[in-house]
Amino acid sequence: MPLVKAGRIVEDRFVRVVDDAPVPDGAAAILPAARFLADAHELVLRQAPIGVVWPNDRKVAELAPYLDWIALVALVFPNFRDGCAYSQARLLRERYHFRGELRATGQILRDQCLFLQRAGFDAFELTKAADAPAFVAAVQRYSVFYQPAADGRASTLTARLARVPQHSPS
Amino acid sequence: MYIYDDFDRTLVQERVREFGDQVNRRLSGELTEEEFKPLRLMNGVYLQLHAYMLRIAIPYGTLSSDQMRMLAHVARRYDRNYGHFTTRQNIQFNWIKLKELPDAMADLARAGLHGMQTSGNCVRNVTTDQWAGVAPDEIEDPRIWAELLRQHLTLHPEFSFLPRKFKVALTAAAHDRAAVKIHDIGLRMHRNGAGETGFEVIVGGGLGRTPFIGKTIKPFLPKRDLLSYVEAIMRTYNQYGRRDNIYKARMKILVHELGAEKFAGEVEEEWQSIKDGPLALDPAVVADIAARFRYPQYELLADNPSELARAREDNRFRLWLDNSVTNHKVAGYAIVTLSLKPEGGPPGDATAAQMDTIAELADRYSHGEIRVGHEQNLALPHVAQRDLPTLWRALDGIGVATPNVNLISDIIACPGLDYCSLANARSIPVAEEITRRFRDLDLARNVGPLHINISGCINACGHHHIGHIGILGVEKNGEEYYQVTLGGRADDSAELGTILGPAVPYAEIADVVEDIATAYLELRARPGELFVDTVQRVGVDPFRERVYAAR
Amino acid sequence: MTSPLQQKLKVTGPVVVTANRLGDGAVVYRAADGTWTKDLAVAVVVTTTPAALELLAAATTEKVAVVDAYVAPVELTTQQQVLPGNLRERIRSSGPTVALPGQG
Ligand code: SF4
Repeated sequence: MPLVKAGRIVEDRFVRVVDDAPVPDGAAAILPAARFLADAHELVLRQAPIGVVWPNDRKVAELAPYLDWIALVALVFPNFRDGCAYSQARLLRERYHFRGELRATGQILRDQCLFLQRAGFDAFELTKAADAPAFVAAVQRYSVFYQPAADGRASTLTARLARVPQHSPS
Repeated sequence: MYIYDDFDRTLVQERVREFGDQVNRRLSGELTEEEFKPLRLMNGVYLQLHAYMLRIAIPYGTLSSDQMRMLAHVARRYDRNYGHFTTRQNIQFNWIKLKELPDAMADLARAGLHGMQTSGNCVRNVTTDQWAGVAPDEIEDPRIWAELLRQHLTLHPEFSFLPRKFKVALTAAAHDRAAVKIHDIGLRMHRNGAGETGFEVIVGGGLGRTPFIGKTIKPFLPKRDLLSYVEAIMRTYNQYGRRDNIYKARMKILVHELGAEKFAGEVEEEWQSIKDGPLALDPAVVADIAARFRYPQYELLADNPSELARAREDNRFRLWLDNSVTNHKVAGYAIVTLSLKPEGGPPGDATAAQMDTIAELADRYSHGEIRVGHEQNLALPHVAQRDLPTLWRALDGIGVATPNVNLISDIIACPGLDYCSLANARSIPVAEEITRRFRDLDLARNVGPLHINISGCINACGHHHIGHIGILGVEKNGEEYYQVTLGGRADDSAELGTILGPAVPYAEIADVVEDIATAYLELRARPGELFVDTVQRVGVDPFRERVYAAR
Repeated sequence: MTSPLQQKLKVTGPVVVTANRLGDGAVVYRAADGTWTKDLAVAVVVTTTPAALELLAAATTEKVAVVDAYVAPVELTTQQQVLPGNLRERIRSSGPTVALPGQG
């Protein structure tokens, strides 16, 4: 499962810690949500970066108090038709101003990467190897966006404002 | 008419290219059917019994004559010379080939037409009053707001993989012709005490297996907040809507399970955090969209010109005039409904040749504009009254002037088992037989306004729950049966129909409808009491007795 | 009728495996040589659950040729002619039961 960041396939520097396994010292680690919450006060003091896998049926508001100390949030798409985590991503970015890595995991297709990126994801664990080289083209497929989202791309709401004077009688 | 600008055109073209690429990846095996299906659905492509079906959106039911000609072209070039207008301001082509779809879509895009979000678990075509902009009873043109919503919800990154499909309807008229109470979100424009215009927000309506009439969660929403409030509803639904059971995934179930008040509370909380963000509507943006709607330059004409008085002497013309022609907000003009419900024909179908002629007549008599209504009829919205006699002859010549609008033979029906892979039973032949039984217009007129709605299965695409007479196809031991409901209605006092009794076999359903009509004629308090009002007054029991006495 | 795609397979009479062709959606049947045919007369007819399952399993390995393969009932006439086994299948094989607009 290739990991794509900034348009390129990259090495995953995070280690996945399952359930109650020990957290490796000095290495970047991703923990399940329950484990993280249980030990949060210690974990945030660690030197090495810490990440959390957040399930798609749990409010991201619970994670808000820790976001300044978390390097990565991995959101989950149990199948590619389940879009719950798109909302979680936008909330993390726009409401709670999370600045770390926001990773899409689970079942995702290249055809969804633009939506994911617009929702605020910047790291993508692609289900299919062949989708990785196609990533850049996939997120550049559109040049027009009707609505503002978490990616900072200009939407037609503002673009249209810029040309309003053209319509006023001259 | 909303005129596309560069943004709109570019987006549709980019969509067509993307879909072409997806089709190629499917044909080469790179995409599995499971992966491809949600992608094709979001472009309006279904696989039906015999072939692929392509559903094209007709936003707020407004079509230009050029767009109508393009639909005729697609019908001829890629399909079998006809198309089917649906209850949600779409047109469907039934015989499209997957390999040819990208070309068909590229052709449609040239006329500003597309199938984006006409299916799949995303926000569907936003619908409104088909007489928007010309109806005398509207407070303003709702299409401007429908267009703002359409744009905002098109390829929305957060809401393209919802738990289930999502339907929005909008009306600005005193009389609701958009059935806003049976939508996931229904918006009714009205004025508050201070004289400002805004929206009553109704949520959680819908038909299907578990029908609900929507509930008001916001009596008055200022215009500037339209997008942010809808965003808050969608976000609440996307996070809390059920994904574990397809029958419980629609928003109506969430609203029902949480209760309208709790749901409203969740929405309100979300909305408070975003209402003053980038979605707050700047009046200049609204003005920019509004400026892209073109309105005809009407002539100064008087009502009831002499041409009309003379033509009225022809009995056939008078029947049609009284039935199919409606008041326009501008003096000397009229709205003309074109009945796509000929005797013995499939409801809502139009041939390529009819489409071309209608486009030409629209150019000549209706400022190049055509409307599509949820009753599966078309309308020419800007006809000078003096042209009515000539127009009538032309419409009559192509079989779209049957004076049965709103009468018992103006049947709404889904495609049913003749096309649809989900169907239990056929809809079209049932509709065709009923139109034959009521071919005698004197009889139909005596029965008066009466809507029959037919669905081939519980998905309720034919909106049977809100038919004055609703007919639902069910299956019993491999045979087609039909369950009948009475007293449903879609208007301001929206109501779901009540089951009449045991389902009846295919061979008897038209007889049952005749029996119901006969019973009504006996039961009504006076000529002129509407069928639905009689049902409401006497209940379904007297109908049940009469229908089942002989069975 | 319950969508045949969701049916629990219990074969009690003659059946065939049918699907829609990917490229154009046309109704096709599984033939003896492992290809797909539009001609029901050429379809393999089986009469037991294991045989139907086997035929279906072979058919569903095909990811590109066809979509949504399933087992459908047929009727055999006394002359061993193969006919669709119910209304849905009759409509699939011979088209809508109503006259189509705009033909001819
Ligand atoms: S109501 Fe059922 S039969 Fe009719 S079109 Fe919808 S899904 Fe098909």
